[in-house]
Amino acid sequence: MVWTIAARELKNLFLSPLAWAILAVLQLIIAYLFLTQLDTYMLLQPRLAGIEGAPGVTDIVAAPLLQTVGFLLLLIAPAITMRVFSDEKRNRTLSLLLSAPVSMTDIVVGKFLGVTLFFFLLLLMLMAMPLSLSAGTSLDLGKLAAGVLGLALLFASFAAIGVFMSSLTEQPVVAAVSTFGLLLLLWIIDWTGGGEAQVSELFRYLSLQSHLQSFLKGLFSSADVAYYLLLITTFLILGIRRLDQQRLTG
Amino acid sequence: MDTKILIEVEQLYRYYGHHLAVDAISFELSQGEVLGFLGPNGAGKSTTMQMITGNLAPSAGRITINGIDLLDRPRLAKAEIGYLPEQPPVYVDLTVDEYLLYCAKLHRVSSRQRGKAMARAKQRCGLEQVSRRLIGNLSKGYQQRVGIAQAILHDPTVVILDEPTVGLDPNQIRDIRGLIRELGEHHGIILSTHILPEVQATCSRVQIINRGKLVFSETMQSLEKQLTSQILVLETRAPLNTDTLLQIDGVDNIETLTDHRVRMHFTGANPAGTIAACVATQEWGLVELALDRQTLEQVFVDLTCSEQSTGKEVAA
Repeated sequence: MVWTIAARELKNLFLSPLAWAILAVLQLIIAYLFLTQLDTYMLLQPRLAGIEGAPGVTDIVAAPLLQTVGFLLLLIAPAITMRVFSDEKRNRTLSLLLSAPVSMTDIVVGKFLGVTLFFFLLLLMLMAMPLSLSAGTSLDLGKLAAGVLGLALLFASFAAIGVFMSSLTEQPVVAAVSTFGLLLLLWIIDWTGGGEAQVSELFRYLSLQSHLQSFLKGLFSSADVAYYLLLITTFLILGIRRLDQQRLTG
Repeated sequence: MDTKILIEVEQLYRYYGHHLAVDAISFELSQGEVLGFLGPNGAGKSTTMQMITGNLAPSAGRITINGIDLLDRPRLAKAEIGYLPEQPPVYVDLTVDEYLLYCAKLHRVSSRQRGKAMARAKQRCGLEQVSRRLIGNLSKGYQQRVGIAQAILHDPTVVILDEPTVGLDPNQIRDIRGLIRELGEHHGIILSTHILPEVQATCSRVQIINRGKLVFSETMQSLEKQLTSQILVLETRAPLNTDTLLQIDGVDNIETLTDHRVRMHFTGANPAGTIAACVATQEWGLVELALDRQTLEQVFVDLTCSEQSTGKEVAA
């Protein structure tokens, strides 16, 4: 049942031009960044050749690229997730799901998976660029895989937060703005004026970005995985509670 | 006929904040019954239907569907229901076929039976011609029919329709009423409507809800009996003589409306023939002689308006 809803959600995204536009625009921007990054590497390469243990092509081209992809999706994810529930509420189609023999968990998780699959598709398309380098040079595939896993977890968190925010309101734009606000806050929460030392441990833990850093360095840390999984679960449970509560208050 | 009880509603309450929208409603629906829900706007019809279909949680009360408690085992109970809300829950970006396929999957219709179920629902609602069209491009009447197709797609034991004939043209209304009667033979059906003749045309039982309370519940047969009153209205060209009329067998009592028009209460068989003969011999000149039927509309107005005024008096 979850997959039925997820598949419908994913197909629905492609019925509107928005999803296609986002895929195309992101592809274009990332391609441009990829080329400039590659240029930088070509300039640096003669100097790096002499140094032992110097950063390789994966560090100089792929890692910054992934970092940028993460931030770009933060800007774009709200536009994708905003419709998930608010459109259904607005068009009064939610009652189709509510009167069907499916649980609230099926509905929320199904919608979440649909959006997440779209993000994964986006990630897959963008990853084709750094992978194309392997035709001419050898990539550090382990490092790249860690980075992609980190990004995948980050995207899933965006989806969970967006789905929850969309369940709060009937207005898609309000959902988009509040999703964007929350994502950005979680992204910059560990930025302070006084440098690294002054950041509270709690804020550093909450930051979406700080957990991504270790993945991009090629470090697979279960603490970071746990952070993303906790974040996703929390917002999914909040979404389920929200739907349940609406049944009570009308 | 097997009279299995399909829906049992006991002491249902629903508050919106401090406003009591549904007040202690209890009723039953048996197989083969078409139950008409009547009531003025805001009486609690839709709220009651939303609670029966699990879209809203009741503040108190119990709902059992085909023996399954809706609140304890919502998934099993919901599988027995087909529901058309006030606004058909259709996705405007999908074609009719895509939409019905999704509904079939949601209702766990097995993949082998999906095709058959969809074809039958489309045929019953007259949607074969528009299978591949986008729902958003269809007229309101067709969208409504897609909504009905969705409600009967998985062959549910209970079908709940909230104002199913809104936005349809007279021919389609006739078709849908026929469909409702046909479905009513094997399923239990609840429908709400503002159109009183629709109730008389399709329903086997009528319930009137007013201000959240169930104020009237009768089978159509006993209602018909109640509605055919024992009153004749007579109008003539020449002035009438009530004494002459009182001589007629069966006429108990005469109310004079004007010199030319009277209401006659009678008992036993209808004395219209004798009266006509009497009018003819007296040469009064017959203009009208008719049974004064009480209409469902009168019952509706009596029940819902008087309640409202007494409510106001209490409040004042």
